Amino acid sequence: MSNSIRDTFFEECEDLLDALIEGLSEMSAGTHEEETVHAVFRAVHSIKGGAGAFGLDQLVNFAHTFETVLDRVRSGEMEIEPDLMRVLQRAGDHLSDLVEANRIESGVDETTHAGLLGQLNGFLGKEGEDDVADDGAEEFVFEALSIDIGAPMETAPQTAGFEIRFTPRPELYANGHEPLLLFQSLSQLGSLQVTCEYASPPLGASDWQAPAASWQLTLATSEPEHAIHEVFEFVEGLCELDVQPIPVGPEQPEQQVVTEPAQAPPPTDPLPKPDHPRSAEPRQESRPDPKPAGPRPTLRVDLERVDRLINTVGELIINQAVISQRIEEMNLPSGAGLTTELEDYKLLAREIQEGVMAIRAQPVKPLFQRMSRIVREASDATGKAARLVTEGESTEVDKTVVERLADPLTHMIRNAIDHGLENAEKRAQAGKEPVGTIRLAAFHRSGSVLIEVSDDGAGLNREKILEIAISKGLVSPEADLNPGEIDNLLFMPGFSTATEVSNLSGRGVGMDVVKTAITSLGGRVTIQTRAGEGTTFSIVLPLTLAVMDGMVVTVSDQTMVVPISSIIETIRPSPGELHRFGVDGWLLSIRGSYVPIVDVAGCLGTGDSRADIREQVLLLVQTEGQSHCALAVDGISDQRQVVIKSLEGNYGHIPGVSAATILGDGKIALIIDPDAVIANSSASLRRLPDPRLEKELPHGIAL
Amino acid sequence: MASPSEPSENEVIEFVTFVAGEQSFCIEITQIREIRRWSPVTLLPHAPDHVLGVMNLRGAVIPIFDLAAKLGLGRITPTERHVIIIAAVSGQTIGLLVDSVSEILSVRSDSVQEAPNVRGDDTTSCVLGVVPVEDGMTRVIDLRRIVPNATEGAA
Repeated sequence: MSNSIRDTFFEECEDLLDALIEGLSEMSAGTHEEETVHAVFRAVHSIKGGAGAFGLDQLVNFAHTFETVLDRVRSGEMEIEPDLMRVLQRAGDHLSDLVEANRIESGVDETTHAGLLGQLNGFLGKEGEDDVADDGAEEFVFEALSIDIGAPMETAPQTAGFEIRFTPRPELYANGHEPLLLFQSLSQLGSLQVTCEYASPPLGASDWQAPAASWQLTLATSEPEHAIHEVFEFVEGLCELDVQPIPVGPEQPEQQVVTEPAQAPPPTDPLPKPDHPRSAEPRQESRPDPKPAGPRPTLRVDLERVDRLINTVGELIINQAVISQRIEEMNLPSGAGLTTELEDYKLLAREIQEGVMAIRAQPVKPLFQRMSRIVREASDATGKAARLVTEGESTEVDKTVVERLADPLTHMIRNAIDHGLENAEKRAQAGKEPVGTIRLAAFHRSGSVLIEVSDDGAGLNREKILEIAISKGLVSPEADLNPGEIDNLLFMPGFSTATEVSNLSGRGVGMDVVKTAITSLGGRVTIQTRAGEGTTFSIVLPLTLAVMDGMVVTVSDQTMVVPISSIIETIRPSPGELHRFGVDGWLLSIRGSYVPIVDVAGCLGTGDSRADIREQVLLLVQTEGQSHCALAVDGISDQRQVVIKSLEGNYGHIPGVSAATILGDGKIALIIDPDAVIANSSASLRRLPDPRLEKELPHGIAL
Repeated sequence: MASPSEPSENEVIEFVTFVAGEQSFCIEITQIREIRRWSPVTLLPHAPDHVLGVMNLRGAVIPIFDLAAKLGLGRITPTERHVIIIAAVSGQTIGLLVDSVSEILSVRSDSVQEAPNVRGDDTTSCVLGVVPVEDGMTRVIDLRRIVPNATEGAA
């Protein structure tokens, strides 16, 4: 079997698993619709089908059992109750594991596998008496592969059954479906009578491709109506299908009515004959779904091609800036009209760039969905009940960001459950509901993406954090820290609040790993905590890794760029607002508080002669410790979109510089990383008092 | 003889020879991308002496090194007449500021002699071998000792 087909199968599996996990979480939240259950079933069914084609027996077996349970659920034979949902969700997780294990051709945990199979079969045993024995996967045969027709034309015993009218549309044949196979599947449900009606078109009819045949089928079966629809599942929308129950033994259809209470008959049913409302309902349920739930047509593109395009567009943006600058330098008469054209060019270039970036943008939804599994597992491991609430799942972020966020988010969620949430007794004492809530939210905020991980736990225990930090020698015992600084101790390497090493989150890798991962994406992470109410970790990320909005500044004759996202405001201070502090330190008084001033030139070692602070411009930035700091630069010349060029490929990392960019004149400008610049200056900062509390900053704290 | 392309005995190797710090050096021609006139560069903070800065080469950010300074032969004060050799080695592209480029030298691989084992000198650590030429000899530069990631990590 060709590898590319196999790869495609696993790619599709990813999408199907996403749909599965999404559906299961909706079901567990109780927000699902009838169609959700069908979608979940279809996902498992399709995985089973694909796996069968590649002979992945273990996967097929498991998917089959899983699917059988889901089938009971969707037919209404099984109630969706918490116990069942627990097993279903874990089965979903396990199915992902199985798919992954098959992809990389390794094994899965046999105990889990057997355990879940047992649990699933347990539900089958409890709920369905008749065909548990048939669930043995060895006996499982694909309907589509079974060739023997049996004797479908036998007269049906007049117990119960359906009258089915089936008229294929041309698309049905075009998509490679074959009515005979459908009938074979139907014949397995019971005894089938088939009558073909062939309306021979007049010779020379304009549409000779239009299928002329339609079938009238009589199926004697005890199967419920949805079993019929299941057979036709993959041709729905490709044919006219009318299923009418034969009203002799109407138990099953009646059940259908109970589970699907009064709904208006479909208003836009194209069937010539209005349906019996009862039989129309399942169709109506499934009909509207291709629009909202059905995937929009997509194109799988090699990521490298996209990146090449993004690079080229980056060059276009630079080139556009160069041309603009050149034309400006020519001092053309204002009537030349070139300005307008140039402005259009700029807009177009930006539009192309945004469009190209959008190709890389992906919703965070799959990422968030993966986290529900983390919550489940962490909740199992700690014995603390927790549920995941997500918001803003459709927020789009660069693909790389989405991928590289998985690990930090996993870690933060585990931490939130392990350390953030209280145990059941404490929650009860605090009057909180027993199930803890982990909230995962994403939204856009002024050119960046904000992702929040919050818990409704006890909040950070600052005393304990400080105690641990001191005992580990991370801060000196004399250090007097403000609350924000104590919170940020969590991000220090080697810090772990778990007094006992739990196998969940206390593995020595702490929040510093999270912070490093996020910083490497050009993002920042901050903590807000309220005692008794919970803790929120906020991650601010750039929308894209390739372009950003920057403020072009001058620092000792060099042009540099400061990310706009980190600048709160720009200030040209009056002499009265500047205060000498220490040997050569300065403080800026702004709105009643004192903010340390960091000389960028000094920190980067570029300025030999110190510029007079009174002639400099200050950029007020927020540091990671939630406090403010003013960066002193010589001047601000522009504000523009810059293309980020890595320095690390050809050179290496430079402290205080995150990357470089190319300006309109073709010159390279360095992009300043304000946080790192401030950290570099910590030697001088250390001597400064904390602006608000007038207390000393601890040694060794990298802000 | 550990030349990057590992030539066989009698293969002819082409070198570009140039002058830096009043000595003649050469780099194998296959490692050279282009030769440009000096133009001002963007300074890098916290950079060692021999790192002049970065320049824009058709959209790529290329670090420029003062070869003479790197070899301990004193810094060049760059002018319009100085030349930058753009070279690529192990996936990195760098620029080397030199006084002037001399010629293309074709020699048989067996005439490249291993550098005499002289210790403790910036030049010898960056030289792979020597090639005798009419008016003396030229030194083969080991570019892998020049690129920052390979030798001194983050500069």
